[in-house]
Amino acid sequence: MKLDSNARYAESHEWVRKEGDLMVCGITDHAQEELSDVVYVELPEVGATFAKGEQFGVIESVKAASDLYIPMGGEIAEVNEALEDSPETVNEDPFGEGWMIKFKSSDPSQWDSLLAPEEYEASAGGE
Amino acid sequence: MPYSPHTDADRREMLAAIGVSSVQELFHDVPESFRFPDLKLPKAASEMEILDELYAMALKNSTTGCFAAFLGAGAYNHFVPSVIPHLAGRGEFATAYTPYQPEVSQGTLQSIFEYQSMIAELTGMDVVNASHYDGATSMAEAAIMAVNVSRGRRRKVIVSPWIHPQYRHTLRTYLPGGQVTITGDENLRTNLDDLQGMLDDDAACLIIQNPNFFGELMDVDGLADAVHDAGALLVVVANPIISLGLLRPPGDYGADIVTAEGQPLGAGLNFGGPYLGVFAARKDYVRGMPGRLVGETTDTRGRRGYVLTLTPREQHIRREKATSNICTNQGLVALMAGMYLAYMGKGGLRAVAEMCYHKAHYTAAQIEQLDGYQVVNYAPFFNEFPVKCPKPVAEINSALLEEGILGGYDLQQDYPHAENEMLVCVTEMNTREQIDRLVAALAEIGAR
Amino acid sequence: MNQPEPLIFEMSSPGRAAYTLPELDVPRAPLPEDYVRDELNLPEVSELEFVRHYTRLSQKNYAIDTVFYPLGSCTMKYNPKVNEKAASIEGLTHVHPLQPEATAQGSLKLMYELQEALKEIAGFAGVSLQPAAGAHGEFAGVLIMRAYHQSRGDTRRTKILIPDSAHGTNPASSAMSGFSVVEIPSDERGNVDLEALKVECDETVVGLMLTNPNTLGLFEEHVLEVNETIHACGGLIYGDGANLNALMGIARPGDLGFDVMHFNLHKTFSTPHGGGGPGSGPVGVSQQLVPFLPGPIAAVEDDHYKLVMPEQSIGRLKAFYGNYGMFIRAYTYIRMLGPDGLRAASEHAVLNANYLKAKVAPHFPVAVERTCMHEFVSHGDVEGTDVRALDVAKRLIDYGFHSPTNYFPLIVHDALMIEPTETESKQTLDAFADAMAHIAEEARTDPELLHTAPHTTPVTRLDEVQAARNPVLRYKG
Repeated sequence: MKLDSNARYAESHEWVRKEGDLMVCGITDHAQEELSDVVYVELPEVGATFAKGEQFGVIESVKAASDLYIPMGGEIAEVNEALEDSPETVNEDPFGEGWMIKFKSSDPSQWDSLLAPEEYEASAGGE
Repeated sequence: MPYSPHTDADRREMLAAIGVSSVQELFHDVPESFRFPDLKLPKAASEMEILDELYAMALKNSTTGCFAAFLGAGAYNHFVPSVIPHLAGRGEFATAYTPYQPEVSQGTLQSIFEYQSMIAELTGMDVVNASHYDGATSMAEAAIMAVNVSRGRRRKVIVSPWIHPQYRHTLRTYLPGGQVTITGDENLRTNLDDLQGMLDDDAACLIIQNPNFFGELMDVDGLADAVHDAGALLVVVANPIISLGLLRPPGDYGADIVTAEGQPLGAGLNFGGPYLGVFAARKDYVRGMPGRLVGETTDTRGRRGYVLTLTPREQHIRREKATSNICTNQGLVALMAGMYLAYMGKGGLRAVAEMCYHKAHYTAAQIEQLDGYQVVNYAPFFNEFPVKCPKPVAEINSALLEEGILGGYDLQQDYPHAENEMLVCVTEMNTREQIDRLVAALAEIGAR
Repeated sequence: MNQPEPLIFEMSSPGRAAYTLPELDVPRAPLPEDYVRDELNLPEVSELEFVRHYTRLSQKNYAIDTVFYPLGSCTMKYNPKVNEKAASIEGLTHVHPLQPEATAQGSLKLMYELQEALKEIAGFAGVSLQPAAGAHGEFAGVLIMRAYHQSRGDTRRTKILIPDSAHGTNPASSAMSGFSVVEIPSDERGNVDLEALKVECDETVVGLMLTNPNTLGLFEEHVLEVNETIHACGGLIYGDGANLNALMGIARPGDLGFDVMHFNLHKTFSTPHGGGGPGSGPVGVSQQLVPFLPGPIAAVEDDHYKLVMPEQSIGRLKAFYGNYGMFIRAYTYIRMLGPDGLRAASEHAVLNANYLKAKVAPHFPVAVERTCMHEFVSHGDVEGTDVRALDVAKRLIDYGFHSPTNYFPLIVHDALMIEPTETESKQTLDAFADAMAHIAEEARTDPELLHTAPHTTPVTRLDEVQAARNPVLRYKG
């Protein structure tokens, strides 16, 4: 499976990466493959705050609708509006253009408890 | 046993293939003490006998057709063109399943797509679902949807008391337990200005019925703006739905969700069911809509076709997070409604609506001239209007029944302040002769 | 039949009309100009065009009247035509629901008799016919359980236990009632895991929602113990009656300890599916829950039938009394079968399912090796190939069968849930089994044929991704 070596992972298949003083978040390649064609992504409003592990959105494919959980607590600074017209970007480039939210982390130390790329690969591969 | 094709030879071969010697053996998992109970039911009837039994039951009824009928209040006596039961009764429509395999369900899917389109046109809205159970439950689900649209942040539903009492009762059954506050109809005389006054940050929606339960056309100028300024949704119950053949649809005056009882569109009276829950919304809210949706797409050869779409919102995938628990809806009744709208068409629906309007206004004008009777609030109305009677409505209706007339709804049973008020309903089925007979009977009964 | 059929709008011509109406026999009243609409863009077609359009559309459907429909959990049995005749008796149907009771004694008697029959069949003390469909009946059932606990001042109960094999309406109905859902796993024999259940049983449990036979088509081997466990911690048992076709005259859920159950008249009792309804989902309850039934319900006193609201009713679930047209059909069916016929129906439903299982299993292994009830679940993928249940389901259409239920229950991968019902002959079952054998072979020799099936239908596989990404949900002229 494809992985981003700069990112860290949640067991619920979201990845998160540092970009300046914001964190960027999306879903993994493994997740998009399981979902198959993404048809819609429901994203939160800018300014909304979430605790670590809270649901921030929903991703829909033809056969499923899955909740999205934020890997670290924080306040939403930006959402990827391009996904409204082109939800398939999540399938095509899950770690790049398919990013979903950028947020200001409320507790940077939460980064340390996330899974490293190899750890995620092991846990997801076991599914 | 009727409908069973099995012969003794069939049974023997099948048991042998399974590897048991009797059918009873297949039930070994059923606790022995409860196995094979004696059902105390009448023994099997032949086709002749059951039909005889049902004809006898039917004789204990007086059909609406026996009377000059002036009763509405949520179920309406309209003419059903013969083509509709004839076509809807075709086995290919009636005995088909939910169209989960679209390649073999294009008949159902295309006809429901047509229904969705025609109801969108009728209500002035963008998106229509494939049906809900009836007018009451679609209103309840609209309220739930409004709360969900606010992501649960708004938990107040403002409801006009001038909505059908059974609908408001159903709404409260759907939302028990105080998680959502339902308010606005505690005082049954609350008017539209008062309702608007209840709008605040906690209001998820404001629900009105137009024409209202008393038949009046509501003055909705500025209503949608007020509701939207408060961040809430405007829900309009468009009953009776035939009125939309003549009147401005709620989509035109800013409704976010429109629900209605679709029974007048070809379903007949049927002692209350099966009826049809019409549910329509603005396209912004499509992903929050309960119920099934039929969408247009193409097949592998580029041909146009229809499928159920946006299905992950529904119970079979989203389970406890679904927009609703609805699965089987009122598919065949929606098909009939689509047929009715297509058959009556642009000219016909307007003609039926106008007939209802003119006949009702003639009736009101005649009754207004009677001593002791008064048409209440001679405001704009469609085909139902309240009449204040010189005696209790129950007494008047009893006397009317003896003359072969089915009187209107006793409003006082739900609205204590509407003393001796009868809700009279007139449709295209009422002839002038029937109307004149009603008026004469009312005069005579009033004078007794 | 495979010709594309235009939309009715596309067949329209301005000025065409099909309808006739009498002339207006009263003076015209002035129209309320501020309220009158500008446009109404409905179709304008002639009657013949109308008739051809809908007749041709109907010919694009599969239906029970034309093909075998082995849809698990749907009970696609024959829809008798005498039911249709009964439901069109004008004396029974042309009755306004708000007419005085004295003028509707026939209609009320029929409702009452159906209530009594359903009570007897399932072993309950009370029945309400009001819910319009199974899911509606489930919602009623959960509300009844809630009302019962509240009436006893027991407000700690907030959890509903639901097996992982349950139909999606079960958790959806629980959530609608404001309860949280706790999933109980199934064991390897397809039963509810009794130990896992015992762990969850405490005084915060509202009850258990149990489908028996379950969605694997298997009878709960410990059903008495399961129900006793729940009762012991003060909870109630809700039965999803979708699979009642296996139990008529075989066992009564009320006897087995179920407190409340919904019926599906459009499954067990032969009323037609209509392409998505109308159905009817009456709810039956044990003695202690009778006061809480939704209403009004039919009652009789001194030979006079009337409508009454149960004393502590959860309220109205909809306007009026339920899908009355379906009551007539179900009542007719129950009377035509009688107690012996109902038992024979269930026996033959189970016989047919076990026979079909024996013939299909060699090609598509069964999920659990046990005697099944009225349905069974096979794995629909073919080992050593990339053929999945979906492909098998689509290819069956080319053989003239409707697909079985697929991808449900969720606990079996590539599930094909197959329910033949009792109205199918051995010949039909043999033909279906043959088709399955051929398809298993095709999976090995020509998998592409399956991936692109069906081939013989008015449309081939449809682009559901496009339909979901850019929904087009109405005609735009």
